Amino acid sequence: MLRLEKLVKTYKTGDQALKAVDLEIPEGQVLALIGPSGAGKSTLIRCINRLVEPTSGNVYLDGTELTGLSAGALRRERRRMGMIFQEYALVERLTVMENVLSGRLGYVGFWRSFLRRYPQQDVDEAFRLLDRVGLAHMADKRADELSGGQRQRVGICRALIQNPALLLVDEPTASLDPKTSRQIMRLICELCRERGLAAIINIHDVALAQMFVQRVIGLRLGAMVYDGPPEGLTPDKLTEIYGEEDWEATIEKVEEEDDVEAAE
Amino acid sequence: MPVRESGSLKLWQRRTQRESLSHWALWLIGIAIFAYCWQQISEATTWFFVWDAPRITQDIWSRATPPKWEYITQLGKPIWDTLNIATLGTIIALIMAVPIAFLAARNTTPSLLLIRPIALLIIVSTRSINSLIWALLLIAIIGPGVFAGVIAIAIRSIGFCAKLLYEAIEEIDTTQVEAITATGASRWQIMAYGIVPQIMPAFAGIAVFRWDINIRESTVLGLVGAGGIGLQLSSSLNVLAWPQVSLILLVILAAVVISEWVSAKVRAAII
Repeated sequence: MLRLEKLVKTYKTGDQALKAVDLEIPEGQVLALIGPSGAGKSTLIRCINRLVEPTSGNVYLDGTELTGLSAGALRRERRRMGMIFQEYALVERLTVMENVLSGRLGYVGFWRSFLRRYPQQDVDEAFRLLDRVGLAHMADKRADELSGGQRQRVGICRALIQNPALLLVDEPTASLDPKTSRQIMRLICELCRERGLAAIINIHDVALAQMFVQRVIGLRLGAMVYDGPPEGLTPDKLTEIYGEEDWEATIEKVEEEDDVEAAE
Repeated sequence: MPVRESGSLKLWQRRTQRESLSHWALWLIGIAIFAYCWQQISEATTWFFVWDAPRITQDIWSRATPPKWEYITQLGKPIWDTLNIATLGTIIALIMAVPIAFLAARNTTPSLLLIRPIALLIIVSTRSINSLIWALLLIAIIGPGVFAGVIAIAIRSIGFCAKLLYEAIEEIDTTQVEAITATGASRWQIMAYGIVPQIMPAFAGIAVFRWDINIRESTVLGLVGAGGIGLQLSSSLNVLAWPQVSLILLVILAAVVISEWVSAKVRAAII
């Protein structure tokens, strides 16, 4: 459903963030994108919804080519790609409800959104989603009153109310504690399964990625160096992605954590 | 070399002999210049008036006290005019300043090379001319009265408000804007959801701050005939009606204190 063809991004400074990345994601697949800082993970997902303009290459979403779209057509396609951010990126001074409803901005006109007169079915859906993530009682709170985990849940609701086909998730757990990180990752993966969404999840934490996804892409200096199941991430592979390090501990830790999870 | 050896002793001084000599020379030149300037100023001053100053001050003080309290009945309307000049001027300035600020901010301007310099020019030119001078110009154009005062205050405040506002716009958190963009929002929706909520506190702060300043500025506008309490002040000064002058000054003081209090309250409420 999503296909990247020879996607290249060269920044004005001359840094080549992406070097001809080819990637195909089938319907409903949740994929983790791992790699060291500066490998081009954020650039890759931002090139898909064109928050960053790719230098060359093509992006196909269900057969629609995105890189050549006009501004209006791009906005329509963006509605089908929900995005979740590292620092939540909620509008801090708006309420939880307004933040969730802002996911519908691509569907409602300017004055309706300006006067906060959203269609009733949008409001119903917003309440359903908030209830699903356990924040129904928080609808009237201002976003800056929430904790990190709660904010990320609101971010998830905002992405889902777009009724997307694809989720672009940029480091969803980087600002969260380990327990909340797992809860958020589990929530994202559950919701993807429930709704049959495909997702690309940028993530630093290899162990966390291995716990939740079916497929892992390793990115190093803008090029794909691994594409396979999470079990295939051997110390050699991790060294190829991240560089020399003692990886045995990381991999062992995953297994231990899995046991703990099971025990819970 | 501050260290000098004399026998087995090592003598240390802060400066070498040459350095301390040039130091002294510089001090000498400085004092000479000061003395010369003093002499020049002294020649240009009519010392009689200066020696006379305490006596005159005492004289004015005795004439100005007690204030002519019954005159207050005639001050209600002018002080109300003054408040209105400040308030209306601030509102008009804010209405004009918002679009200019968006055009001037690096991250929202439609064109960095053409429109931004124009917006910056408007900001600089309105800011650099004092409201009293604007009032003089406007009185010549639209005639004396409150309206000229309102416009003078408004023009003077545009640049001030737009400058502070565009700085606030440039400092917003871009990830919130990114997030709203990613939902497929239009340009105006991005502004209304991604940018406006972030600059609201700054906007409210700027509005009351400028209103507070404008109350002070509008009290003197009457001196050139642009309405408000300054008109009373200038006519009282012209006829040397000191008890009236002292009352007017008290009324202005009260107005400023009240505006100060209001803006402090509003600012506390926003933050």
